Amino acid sequence: MLINSAETVVADALRGLAAAHPELDVDVERRVVVRRDAKDGGRVGLVSGGGSGHEPLHAGFVGPGMLSAACPGEVFTSPVPDQMVRAAAAVDAGQGVLFIVKNYTGDVLNFEMAADLAGEDGVRVEQVLVNDDVAVTDSLYTAGRRGTGATLFVEKIAGAAAEEGAPLEQVAALARRVNESSRSFGVALSAVTTPAKGSPTFDLPVGELELGIGIHGEPGRERRAMMPAREIADVAVGAVLDDLAQVAPADGPVIALVNGMGGTPLLELYGFHAEVARVLSERGVPVARTLVGNYVTSLDMAGCSVSLCRADEELLRLWDAPVQTAALRWGR
Amino acid sequence: MRDTDFFRRWMDTATAAVEREADRLTELDSPIGDADHGSNLLRGFMAVRAALAAGEPAVASPGEVLQLAGRTLISTVGGASGPLYGTLLRRTGKELGDAAEVSDDALREALYAGVGAVAQLGGAAPGDKTMLDALVPGVAALGTSYRAAADAAEEGARATVPLQARKGRASYLGERSIGHQDPGATSSALLLNALAEVAEGAA
Repeated sequence: MLINSAETVVADALRGLAAAHPELDVDVERRVVVRRDAKDGGRVGLVSGGGSGHEPLHAGFVGPGMLSAACPGEVFTSPVPDQMVRAAAAVDAGQGVLFIVKNYTGDVLNFEMAADLAGEDGVRVEQVLVNDDVAVTDSLYTAGRRGTGATLFVEKIAGAAAEEGAPLEQVAALARRVNESSRSFGVALSAVTTPAKGSPTFDLPVGELELGIGIHGEPGRERRAMMPAREIADVAVGAVLDDLAQVAPADGPVIALVNGMGGTPLLELYGFHAEVARVLSERGVPVARTLVGNYVTSLDMAGCSVSLCRADEELLRLWDAPVQTAALRWGR
Repeated sequence: MRDTDFFRRWMDTATAAVEREADRLTELDSPIGDADHGSNLLRGFMAVRAALAAGEPAVASPGEVLQLAGRTLISTVGGASGPLYGTLLRRTGKELGDAAEVSDDALREALYAGVGAVAQLGGAAPGDKTMLDALVPGVAALGTSYRAAADAAEEGARATVPLQARKGRASYLGERSIGHQDPGATSSALLLNALAEVAEGAA
């Protein structure tokens, strides 16, 4: 691995982020990344965070038109409440702060504690939970659907609304609407190697794949013999569309994210996207916007996920609004 | 009666146990989690050791030892383990109040409350393949002896092997979580075993 040591891997990456992006205020010690002008303009603050290992999520999405601050935890481990409390204080311009939380037990518990503490400090906090992964059955028998690729949709669209000066309740409602309109499905072709463990976290032989994976190197729901990209696209897009059929509006265009897990070349991702576009066309789903690349990753995992967001005029307008972050920038 | 030093030694012994077992905890966390339970707890308990050694703020009672340990875990561990273990120790410490010495009965009652707070925070019940599968039988056996509590917790942890996880990250695996021992139940048993070791040494 290209690291100094497993213990310093997160701090080292933050030092690199600071060196590459002087427009970001990076507190390496306390692990908070803040856009320098967060408090100018009296906007609602958007704070997200989660385990490291999913880069560019979330720190790569801090900047005008998207997040106000990000809180990176240890690898695949949610941040601690102190980080979010500090981030909330750093970005609150009196308009309140929205916490964007991926639905994992650790993230939910730590953000909940942070919301209580920030509230005691006089910061108005709303929270939105992202839970877009259709591979997990949302029932009493699981921790509920995971937050994966749709986090990018939520952070981009809510960030655009906050940038325009929308009030906290409106930004929060919009973020929830984006989450409810989005679904994802992921596939792994290899297990991940975490810096702490130094070897693959589970055994996935060459020639097999895991369907319905999350973004933490955990195995999926089902293992199968390797399939060609076209068949993987049939399974992944089919799973997303079948579930998306339950949301309103049940038709109309989608924003599509074909997301690499970190270890799959763009050559393969674009080839895979050709198959995703084919399935969507066959199913009569117009694609309004597309993003292909590594955005919500799982360290060195080979594989991909498909996320679709059923988007109306308002969501598309906010999606197109200018954004200027380390990993996503357009329209300026 | 158990004094402040007894609780410091409990936390020291627990830290040593996590140091010793960190690799095994991470190994258990690999097939059904994300392979970091040992390293996360180790970071937290090393911070607890440092906080207690620093003596700032002044730690003058059993309750304060556990509350400082709990706060430190919440601030350093992250994940679900940080809030859950932190809440276990903080709530237990709060129940002990500021008495300079506490009875075994008072400690038992306080641990009941601590485990109750963990159940409430995590929303889990025994049988869900979590920490509670060790903690609940463990504290239930405290009335017999600290050793009985440690043994019951250890047995509870081993009994998670055939269970299907219904909470936490292992629950995403569905039936594939069956056949693996829960890392959280395993570390909970370590914590109660550390208590038994200190009690036996102090007896």
